Amino acid sequence: MRRLLITLVVFALLGLGGFVALTDPRVVSPSPEIGALPAPDLDNGRLLFAAGGCTSCHATPGQDDKLRLGGGLALGSPFGTFHAPNISPHTRDGIGNWGVKDFVDAMASGVSPAGQHYYPAFPYTSYRLMPPKALADLFAYIRTLQPVEGRAPGHDLRFPFNIRRVVGGWKLLFFNGEPFRPDPTKSDEWNRGAYLVQGPGHCAECHSSRNALGAIVQATRFAGGPDPEGKGWVPNITQAESGLGKWSKDEIAELLKTGFTPNFDSVGGSMAAVVRNIAQLPEADRMAMAEYLKSLPAVQGPPRPQKPEG
Amino acid sequence: MIRTALVIAGLGLGLTAVFANSNSIGERRDTMKGVGAATRDGAAIAKGETPFDAAKVQAIFKTYADAAKKMPTLYPDDAKTGGETTASPKIWEDQAGFKAAFVKFETDATAGAAVTDLAGFRTSFGAATKNCGTCHEAYRIKK
Repeated sequence: MRRLLITLVVFALLGLGGFVALTDPRVVSPSPEIGALPAPDLDNGRLLFAAGGCTSCHATPGQDDKLRLGGGLALGSPFGTFHAPNISPHTRDGIGNWGVKDFVDAMASGVSPAGQHYYPAFPYTSYRLMPPKALADLFAYIRTLQPVEGRAPGHDLRFPFNIRRVVGGWKLLFFNGEPFRPDPTKSDEWNRGAYLVQGPGHCAECHSSRNALGAIVQATRFAGGPDPEGKGWVPNITQAESGLGKWSKDEIAELLKTGFTPNFDSVGGSMAAVVRNIAQLPEADRMAMAEYLKSLPAVQGPPRPQKPEG
Repeated sequence: MIRTALVIAGLGLGLTAVFANSNSIGERRDTMKGVGAATRDGAAIAKGETPFDAAKVQAIFKTYADAAKKMPTLYPDDAKTGGETTASPKIWEDQAGFKAAFVKFETDATAGAAVTDLAGFRTSFGAATKNCGTCHEAYRIKK
């Protein structure tokens, strides 16, 4: 009896030790090698800032200046409510005290300067495709913006999701920290589009359905699904009949610039803000995104709930 | 007997509510499709694919202004859900803001009807169609 008890305690300790070791931010999401970086390119930083839609979540809500990154926007999810933090260059409340390495760690590994996991509501799962040089450009651009005082409220999450360490287990299962690797068999335009769509643009984060743990179901990536924020349905953007199969490359680029579909419907919800951001990119970049999207194989997403009669 | 009559009357009321509901949803859908068709014409002119034509342009802005007047009346309390509506609950939570958005759309559309040349049209068409995205962002759910 006593031996059994000891065995159980030993196993429990081993299990706990294993959990602690395996969910350590540095173990599941090691820092990328930064190496020597050239002087930052602010124009590229501004472009990535627009492509990444940073302002859509981090701009202070209820005011018009989208470059005031005071945070505070509430983002609903099945796990509770997230609040986008202050990422303005304010030294106390924002990221004004961060170095390039802190920023690269946050964006590419989902780890805070204090060594804690970030929740994947912050789409580092996509942003990690940006190489350290690009992230350094983006960081340099954000540092030119106005510091905003005040911290956003903390996240309001259900147990056990309120324990950040749990994200380590999530990363172990679902997180890949590789940067973008161009496909040499494809055109430069396709590769540029693939990078923008999958990396900074983080399109798949909304245009895919998620499993019970909130990770993207890879088999139906880009095939749409229920809106993770609650109401509505996010469209399929693969080449499926119900997706972008019938859209021309020009029509996709047009939507990304003006928000109009080929039927002259105008996109709504959070896609309106995405269009405002992507409209700031050069036309060639929107065409590249369209080129990549036109290459996505047709995939059926999860079935939409039955339309009520009426 | 009275009870039967009451039940039938009740059912009738219920059915009327269902029909009223789907009528509003269908009508606002048709109205918006009209706006979309007008925008297709307008975009073709703005891009230089079809020549500038003052009468055609006025018809486009009239479609917008008429829709702006009609739309706010098509969201009664019994037409919040049903059909394939993509109306956001925010419409009913923020009626003042919702109506103000259509007043602005109507103002921009009315102003546009006075244009006489392509350059003027491009400006006012741009201003009027900006309302599409702004309003959909706030009052429409993803579909």
